[in-house]
Amino acid sequence: MSAIYILWLRQLKRYLRSRSRIIGSLGQPVLFLVALGFGFGPTFQKAGQGNYIQFLVPGIVAMSVLFTALFSGIEIIWDRQFGFLKEILVAPVSRMEIMIGRTIGGATVAMIQGTIVFAISFLAGFRPPSAGNLAFAFVFMFLTAVLFTALGTAIASKLEDMQGFQLIMNFLIMPLFFLSGALFPVDSLPGVLKMVVAINPLSYGVDGMRGALGGITHFGLSTDFAVLSIMAVVILAVGSYLFSKIQL
Amino acid sequence: MNNSIIDVKHLTKKFKDFVAVNDISFAVTKGEIVAFLGPNGAGKTTTIKMLTTLLVPTSGSVRLSNSDVVSHQEETRRTFGIVFQDPSLDDELTAWENLEYHGVLYGVEKNIRHGRIEELMKFVELWDRKNALVKTFSGGMKRRLEIARGLLHHPKIFFLDEPTIGLDPQTRNHMWNYVVNLNKKENITIFFTTHYIEEAEKVAQRIIVIDHGKIIATGTPKELTIKTNSKTLEEAFLKYTGHAIRDESVSSADAMRARRGMWRHH
Ligand SMILES: Nc1ncnc2c1ncn2[C@@H]1O[C@H](COP(=O)(O)OP(=O)(O)OP(=O)(O)O)[C@@H](O)[C@H]1O
Ligand SMILES: [Mg+2]
Repeated sequence: MSAIYILWLRQLKRYLRSRSRIIGSLGQPVLFLVALGFGFGPTFQKAGQGNYIQFLVPGIVAMSVLFTALFSGIEIIWDRQFGFLKEILVAPVSRMEIMIGRTIGGATVAMIQGTIVFAISFLAGFRPPSAGNLAFAFVFMFLTAVLFTALGTAIASKLEDMQGFQLIMNFLIMPLFFLSGALFPVDSLPGVLKMVVAINPLSYGVDGMRGALGGITHFGLSTDFAVLSIMAVVILAVGSYLFSKIQL
Repeated sequence: MNNSIIDVKHLTKKFKDFVAVNDISFAVTKGEIVAFLGPNGAGKTTTIKMLTTLLVPTSGSVRLSNSDVVSHQEETRRTFGIVFQDPSLDDELTAWENLEYHGVLYGVEKNIRHGRIEELMKFVELWDRKNALVKTFSGGMKRRLEIARGLLHHPKIFFLDEPTIGLDPQTRNHMWNYVVNLNKKENITIFFTTHYIEEAEKVAQRIIVIDHGKIIATGTPKELTIKTNSKTLEEAFLKYTGHAIRDESVSSADAMRARRGMWRHH
């Protein structure tokens, strides 16, 4: 337990000490929020779909969580190159604890980013029905953050260099984001696309947050919760296994 | 089973077709100080990595304190401390945090841990810099911090892979005095590599010489000198390996290390 705590603390400290990272990674979500929110808002409303900002914000929050969470995997590669990974790997702690510690650390950072985006979205006119709804949305934000941090970390544990990681991330992130229902309602999609959305784990995070915030859910909140939890556990287990195979 | 604290049998490591460590066997007794010497690329670091669970042997076995390093990883990890050849600190953390986190990872209790951190940081003369980020440290300061860290959890075996690289002569002396003292006081087993022959001569009770992945000699500094009809240990080493212990020409291993170093400074 204390190993998990200390790995978490380390990541949090490193994050809080790199302010450029905090600011830099807010650019994209804010751009999407403003450009899409105000650009598509009127059309969305005219089509009788309601307030677009209310619809869009859970999607944009999910996006910033997705980016931060997946990219936190790169810290493993930094640790490999700067040598700190050796120190972690010779420590008498189970690889499962290492995987969980890193995941919770990265997920916390992703949640902070998500929270900041939530705060900014208030300026754009977003309002949750109640504080309770907002708290409920955080449950889904947390699960989404854990799932994708674990995924990024598991992938990075197999890689030696940043370029390879960057390449895989670029390949993953855009489809995950655009085919998740973050930007548009899933119900009106053609069948094939609907299936693609259904196998995308991010869809359940977006759907869960949207539902928790009083919007319409596509899959249902309990399905969202179950899918996210199960996938997170599976990826954590795979990641722990991959960690136990790292050689330096 | 037996009283060797390190027991290596027929240890081999292949990287694809290249045999870096070739069927070596040796044992180290509890409390012994052993220098593991060899020219660049001989297989020293590869051996130490297998001894410390970072690399899985291609074949053969390693037992630390009678636990197999492959089948009982967590147990064996508890028994040793290590100073790696390459840097291994977190530059974005302070010196104190680096030690604190290490202590927590090794389950050292808080009140013991904090006392121990202070003691070790004072010994390596970094106590007044304890709250500085490690990235502001010089190479020698980082090295000293790594040595302190390796000892924090009171290991039974202390592996040091070229620990004195980048240290000035005075600090090297100071460090070895401390380590030898620790060996006497707490009976810690010391297994180290170095390219400074005088360190091996002064500190080691026994020397194991490795070249091209094979152990080619073992004995006390004196024995090796006598066996080869040499005047000095340095000469004996030259006769065994055909290399001076500090190869001035840039070997491929050094070039590789320099490249990795460049990466690191990005
Ligand atoms: N991961 C690896 N992949 C391929 N070859 C490797 C790897 N690690 C080490 N080697 C090779 O194995 C040989 C032994 O390397 P090792 O690092 O053990 O040498 P060393 O005795 O520690 O040398 P030095 O004194 O320069 O530190 C070298 O030829 C090296 O190039
Ligand atoms: Mg070496």
